[in-house]
This record gives sequence, C-alpha cells and structure tokens, in this order.
Amino acid sequence: MSNKEWPLWEVFIRSKQGLNHKHVGSLRAADEEMAIDNARDVYTRRSEGISIWVVLSSNVFASDPSEAPELFEPSDSKIYRHPTFYDVPDEIQHM
Amino acid sequence: MSSLFEYTLRLGDDSLMIGHRLSEWCGHGPILEEDIAMTNIALDFVGQATSLLELAGKFEGKGRSGDDLAFLRFDRDYKNVLLVEQPNVDFGVTMMRQFLFDAYRKPLFERLQHANNKEIAAIAEKSLKETKYHLRHSSEWLIRLGDGTEESHTRIQEALDNLWRYTGELFYSDDVDKELIAAGEIPSMDGLEMEWRQTVNEVFDEATLKIPESDWQFDGGRKGMHSEHLGYILTELQYMQRAYPGLEW
Repeated sequence: MSNKEWPLWEVFIRSKQGLNHKHVGSLRAADEEMAIDNARDVYTRRSEGISIWVVLSSNVFASDPSEAPELFEPSDSKIYRHPTFYDVPDEIQHM
Repeated sequence: MSSLFEYTLRLGDDSLMIGHRLSEWCGHGPILEEDIAMTNIALDFVGQATSLLELAGKFEGKGRSGDDLAFLRFDRDYKNVLLVEQPNVDFGVTMMRQFLFDAYRKPLFERLQHANNKEIAAIAEKSLKETKYHLRHSSEWLIRLGDGTEESHTRIQEALDNLWRYTGELFYSDDVDKELIAAGEIPSMDGLEMEWRQTVNEVFDEATLKIPESDWQFDGGRKGMHSEHLGYILTELQYMQRAYPGLEW
C-alpha cells in the first residue's frame, strides 16, 4: 500500500444568495471529479451551496506575508479612495 | 391492503439495513472526506427507512410506528434482500455492495415516483435524488478500484465474485408486488432488471471487472429467511430498545 497522500484542493462554494464563489476550505482527492464529490459531502451538507469550484492548491499563487507592509499598508493612509466625501442630495435614496 | 404493508416494509428494510451497514464505517473511513461521504449516505438511507417504515405502519393499521417496526421485530419479520445485510469486510466490498444496490434502486425509484399511490410516489421522488448521487459515488469508486492498481483490481473483483450471487434477489417478485401492480397502486416493473444490467455492464466494462459465470443465486430475504449476519445487526440495532423499552432521546 502506498502512503502517498492525494493532492490538496481548495474549495469554493457559491451560496443561494451570493453571486460569487467563496473559499470555504480545502480537502484531499485523487482528481477533480473526486474533489467535487468530496467537496459536496464535506462542505454542502447543510445546504450551503448551489455550485462548487475546486482548484488544485498547488495552482494557487499567494502573496508573500513578509511583503504585506509594502503591499497593503500604503493604502491605509489613502482614505480619499473611499467615496465618503460627497454630500448625497436628499432626492437620491438608497445610496 | 396487507400487500401495501408488506411492499413498503421490504423497501424500508432494504434502506434500514444498508444504512446501518454504512453507519458502521463512521469514524473508520479510509480518509476523512470518504468517512463523511459514507456517513451522509448512511443518513440518507436511515431517513428513507424512517419514512418508509412509518408508512408501512400506517398501511398495517395496528398502531405500530416506524420505530416499532425498526427496533422491535424478530429476525424473520425483516424483509430486506440478503445483499444489504452482508458485512462491510473492507472498503472495496462495501462499495461493490453499494453499487449493486444503487444500480437497482435508481430505476426502481424512477418507476415508483409515478406510482398512483401518492405516499409511495412522494418518498420515491425524494429518495431518487439521493439515489442518483449514491450511484454516482459508488460507480466512481468501482471504476477507480477496478481500473486501479493490481491489488485494488484483485480485491474488487473478489468482492464482485462473492456478492454477485445476492443480486438475483433484487428482482424477486411474488403475489405482493403483482397484486399492487394489478391494483394500479404501483407501476409495472418491466425492464427493471434490464436497466440494472445495463448500468452494471457499463460500469464493470470501464472498471475492467468480469461478471462471474455461475448463475446460481441466493434468495430468502423477502420471505424473512436471512443469512447469519442479520442476527448480529439486530443485536446492535435493537439493544437500546430491548434493554430500555420505550427509551427516547
């Protein structure tokens, strides 16, 4: 018997209300079909979703946590990028 | 009509026993994901058993609940086919048993969802969706194991050789179903075995498995004559209700 582990997959579920698939976790499976079935069994048992995406974890390229300061901190001081400086006329509702 | 009771009992007992067998895997699955999958499927079957045995009790009209039927009958009163009470042995044997049964349950529920008897039809319609997934799940595994490594192939072929002789009983027919078909309660079962055979052939073909040549088949389950395994299942299944009658939690 081989002790080789099956590859890891990242699972994305789209809920009934949502338009986008959201990352919910990961699992192991031998191929994409098994990954979909396993995702169905592990992550949609309580009617969480109506659509599943699976992506090989090895295909996900992530930002380097050590680079977080230069990547993300500069935007902290740019509050003008949030559209909160406008006076919304009363006639416009639901903004 | 006593045939309605008997027929629903057969369906309910099939679900109850295979559900119980699958539940034995809980915590013992080969991987976490498959452990959850088998437990989900076990719960589907226990749910079906609950609906079917409740309905059987209603048809019987003697005030017995689904729980009474599930937990308080003697072995000869259980009417499941022998296939579903066969032991798990290993994952391959469990999946083979599951596949042979799922491939029968799908065309069966496809017919029963159109039954004139509305209560049977409603349970069949709901169960059919579950069954389609069960069949997909077990077929996938048969193909993987059959067309996998030398060891997985040998073991799954052995499972087929051992379980094949329990498949003839799936199509057991007697006065019970004939009467219900004649009375228009349930639809004709013409072509059921052929459809089953077609699914089986297709999947075995892809899984590179060979159907055993011997035509010899067991039966008896539908008449309450069981293999020795049922007694052990009942010991576990009925323990709480026998030891603490009426216990609820």
